Amino acid sequence: MLKQFLKWRLSGLIVLAFITLSIPFLMDNPFYFDMATQIAIVASTVVGLNLLVGYAGQISLGHAAFFGLGAYFSAIATSRFGWPSVIALFTGAAFVGLLAWIIGRPILRLKGHYLSMATLAVGFIIAIIINNQSGWTGGPDGMSVPPLGIFGWELSTFSVYKIFGFELQGYVAWYLFSIVVLLLAVLVAQNIVDSPVGRALRSIHGSEIAARTVGVDTARYKSLVFVISAVYASVMGSLFAHFTGFITPAIADFDHSILLITMVVLGGMASPMGVILGAVVLKLLPQFLTGFQDYETMIFGLILMLTMIFMPKGLLPTMIRILKSRLGARAGGDA
Amino acid sequence: MFAEFMQYLFTGITIGATYALVALGFTLIYNASSVINFAQGEFVMIGGMGTVAFMHMGIPMFFAIILAVALACLVGVALQRLAIAPAKNADVVTLIIITIGASIFIRGVAQVVWGKDYHVVPPFSGEAPIRIGGAVLNAQSLWVLGIGAVLVVALILFFSRTLMGRAILGTSMNRLAAQLVGIRTQMVLMLAFGLSALLGSVAGVTIAPITFTAYNIGILLALKGFVAATIGGLGSGVGAVVGGLLLGVVESMTAGYISSDYKDAVAFSMILVVLFFMPRGLFGARVVERV
Repeated sequence: MLKQFLKWRLSGLIVLAFITLSIPFLMDNPFYFDMATQIAIVASTVVGLNLLVGYAGQISLGHAAFFGLGAYFSAIATSRFGWPSVIALFTGAAFVGLLAWIIGRPILRLKGHYLSMATLAVGFIIAIIINNQSGWTGGPDGMSVPPLGIFGWELSTFSVYKIFGFELQGYVAWYLFSIVVLLLAVLVAQNIVDSPVGRALRSIHGSEIAARTVGVDTARYKSLVFVISAVYASVMGSLFAHFTGFITPAIADFDHSILLITMVVLGGMASPMGVILGAVVLKLLPQFLTGFQDYETMIFGLILMLTMIFMPKGLLPTMIRILKSRLGARAGGDA
Repeated sequence: MFAEFMQYLFTGITIGATYALVALGFTLIYNASSVINFAQGEFVMIGGMGTVAFMHMGIPMFFAIILAVALACLVGVALQRLAIAPAKNADVVTLIIITIGASIFIRGVAQVVWGKDYHVVPPFSGEAPIRIGGAVLNAQSLWVLGIGAVLVVALILFFSRTLMGRAILGTSMNRLAAQLVGIRTQMVLMLAFGLSALLGSVAGVTIAPITFTAYNIGILLALKGFVAATIGGLGSGVGAVVGGLLLGVVESMTAGYISSDYKDAVAFSMILVVLFFMPRGLFGARVVERV
């Protein structure tokens, strides 16, 4: 039965929903909820990035720039122009999607490392602009962002909400909201992967020329998935801005881009649950390592390096392979 | 006006020579093993910081430099042997993450062993600047350019005249074929990483008297080296040198005439402009992909 469950395509989603929704019963510290919400938002971002990296095999080293653009678009539109948050979020996503489409066409013609370098360059340029346009963005000092308003209803971590007589703390409400977003993000990504578009993407990953030979419009699919993953990043950037209430250019910089792609690769490329695990591990690891003080950077680098050397396919795929071979061995023993 | 221009040019060529050496080291590893080595900048850092640390122990400057460069080469060889070689069948992007992990690790060790302070390395010779057309050229800039030129010539001779150099070239063309004619490709790869570390660390030592050095200078220099190598065309030695000098000059002109805030933005825009018109960089080879 366990084996059949593992084969079902939505099994991951059920497990994810079960784990994430049981968390509020296990902890009540606002700091933990803050961390968990941040993880859920970043995890949703890498679920989108995974479509580009894990399925289509295109490496982006500048994805944090789209996250940052979404965040700053929402921040500026809501605080300076008084736009409603939801409209700012969708307009920002449309703007980032358009931008990704415009720069994606010439960039995605490039192969392999030239593509990575071009995405790195785009990311750097956007980060530098955000840093230097301090009239709009507050520059390196950052800027504050009003709470998320959903149709006249304000979601703030500091409020207390009354639902059916229950008292719900604002930070718990935000956590639940971020989990709904994460589950939606996974569901949408899963549907894209299982659609003809997903098949086309995987064929591009296998061999671009072979894909083109059998009639896949590789340029179109590559820019489509580039736009989708950028829109994912933009939406999550907007939510992140409203959640934390304060953003700095660091969310758009190179280090953050590298962190995002590392989550994808460390967790397990082309596995939605894997990349979520990657996000959890890489967000929590620094928390555990702060005790080591000066040695923190060194140990973090060492763990990253060793994991990738010994588990090149990523954490979750390696764990599942071990689990499957155990199950297989037991079934063989019974028969 | 003219003096100003010359001044920016001198500054640009000096820093450009450093970028060129980093780009050359990067190209060497890329050719031999098609790995994009994000730890390239750490070799530069070890060159500068190592020299400072050894001089602090009372070792004369000349020997301190040699020890620092040797240390960097050792780290380069160890990186290949312990981190890259065991993962040889991994995905391209997995290898990138491994070198990023290595870069973070080396930076972390440097921070623990050598501390977080910025350090100055004294200039190699007298500080009397030379005046040309109203602009000032530091004596140290001449050292940077001179040593850079010597290294480039030495590399050309190494690859064209020595058996070792030709073994590396052979391995980069076709690893299996190289193995078949009896080249020990594992040794060659370690040698390539060692040589690359040598180039990076020498660049780090020679530029340190001009720009200061610290445990975290590596990452930005590595990125500039990539930009230079990409503009020149990945895998091309000539491209790396031209790309490095071009990048240095453009950066310095931008900082001088436009705004130093946007100097890095212009450097990265250059990649996009060049790749837009020449998808394989200025000197990149045409590659035929087998399906």
